[in-house]
Amino acid sequence: MRSFINKEKFIALLKDGMSIMVGGFLTNGTPEGLIDLLIESNVKNLTIICNDGGYPDKGVGRLVVNNQVKKVIASHIGTNPMIGTLMSEEKLEVELSPQGTLAERIRAYGAGLGGILTPTGLDTLVQEGKQIIEIKGNKYLLEEALGADLALIGGAIADNYGNLKYNKTMRNFNPLMATACEIVVCEPRKIVDKIDPENVITPYPFVDYILVGEYND
Amino acid sequence: MTDKQIIASRIALELNDGDLVNLGIGIPTLVANYVTEDKTITFQAENGIIGLGGLVEDETEIVNAGGMGASILEGGAFIDSATSFSFIRGGHIDVTVLGALEVDQVGSLASWIIPGKKVPGMGGAMDLVTGAKKVIIAMRHTNRGVPKILKQCKLPLTAAHQVNLIVTEMAVMEVRENGLHLLEVHPSYSVEDIVKATEAKLIINDVLPMKGVSDEN
Repeated sequence: MRSFINKEKFIALLKDGMSIMVGGFLTNGTPEGLIDLLIESNVKNLTIICNDGGYPDKGVGRLVVNNQVKKVIASHIGTNPMIGTLMSEEKLEVELSPQGTLAERIRAYGAGLGGILTPTGLDTLVQEGKQIIEIKGNKYLLEEALGADLALIGGAIADNYGNLKYNKTMRNFNPLMATACEIVVCEPRKIVDKIDPENVITPYPFVDYILVGEYND
Repeated sequence: MTDKQIIASRIALELNDGDLVNLGIGIPTLVANYVTEDKTITFQAENGIIGLGGLVEDETEIVNAGGMGASILEGGAFIDSATSFSFIRGGHIDVTVLGALEVDQVGSLASWIIPGKKVPGMGGAMDLVTGAKKVIIAMRHTNRGVPKILKQCKLPLTAAHQVNLIVTEMAVMEVRENGLHLLEVHPSYSVEDIVKATEAKLIINDVLPMKGVSDEN
């Protein structure tokens, strides 16, 4: 059974300098209520790990616009021009990771692995500074596993136990991130009595806190 | 037909009945409009759909890889990002169609960064071109007269030696072990026009009129 928390308790979890994984793909499945609370808390120097940079007025992009982010790790930042601008002014550090590599690095961390071997990024800038390992005649890049202090999970339907399933394409990075962070907080779209065990995507032991209040239907 | 329609309709002929296909953003997306009814093609969206359907205005729970409201077809599935890239990287996608800034005669492509100008990031493109069985590039033949099909890419690569086919509004070219072959030319152009608009060395043997569009022009 997980803890159901309100916004004050969530804000009390936040610290300057935290690394935070945020679910969502172009903000589809991003917990916007938790982003609101991050903005309200005004914690600074965050490292944000997300598939993409969101938009200036939506998703993790809002944290960048509000000057709370020190570093972004993402596969794509093209929808939030402010990230590119701050990066070229050297006010924001950006690490670009191919989308499949990013997903698998997070999955690996959650599964207790040190990293993954992938052919993606060979002979490109992504290869710089990374070890190349040959297996059965094929070359692979060694990409390190990626974890974080806090995961913010969205797009979910939770049950009273804290089990999660996801709504349509809102699944994306959410179930991966829920395995790879010290503290996992979900802002469900809806809370139901129970989810059929056959349909649980993220079992409750992965989830620490469920945010309740105005953020749920 | 517009240039984009010529490219998309020609590429649709490359898809075979039963293929699992991933279409990139822009011209590649249009390919779906030209698939004939005698073929059953399943489209995958990198954000987590097997069985992607058409666009749906005002839909916010199901989005495509461009973040636009979309639909899922009967028999389809929603999947997380790691599973999505298992399809992509694991060789389970038959064909991917993507745009590019530059392609070269050995099948390398550049599509994710213009250093000092624009850094959108690679998103899923590096994984797609590395893992898909067949990589088709859909793009205009030149950038306002400046060749995009080069001896060697100048921009940082998305991947080396992964492109199989290049389809432009002017021609169809195939990357083979001994170089880049000019296979088909749109009836509005001559072979000389193609050679002039292409920096890469083209191997020219039996050139055919571009399939699918020749009758209508």
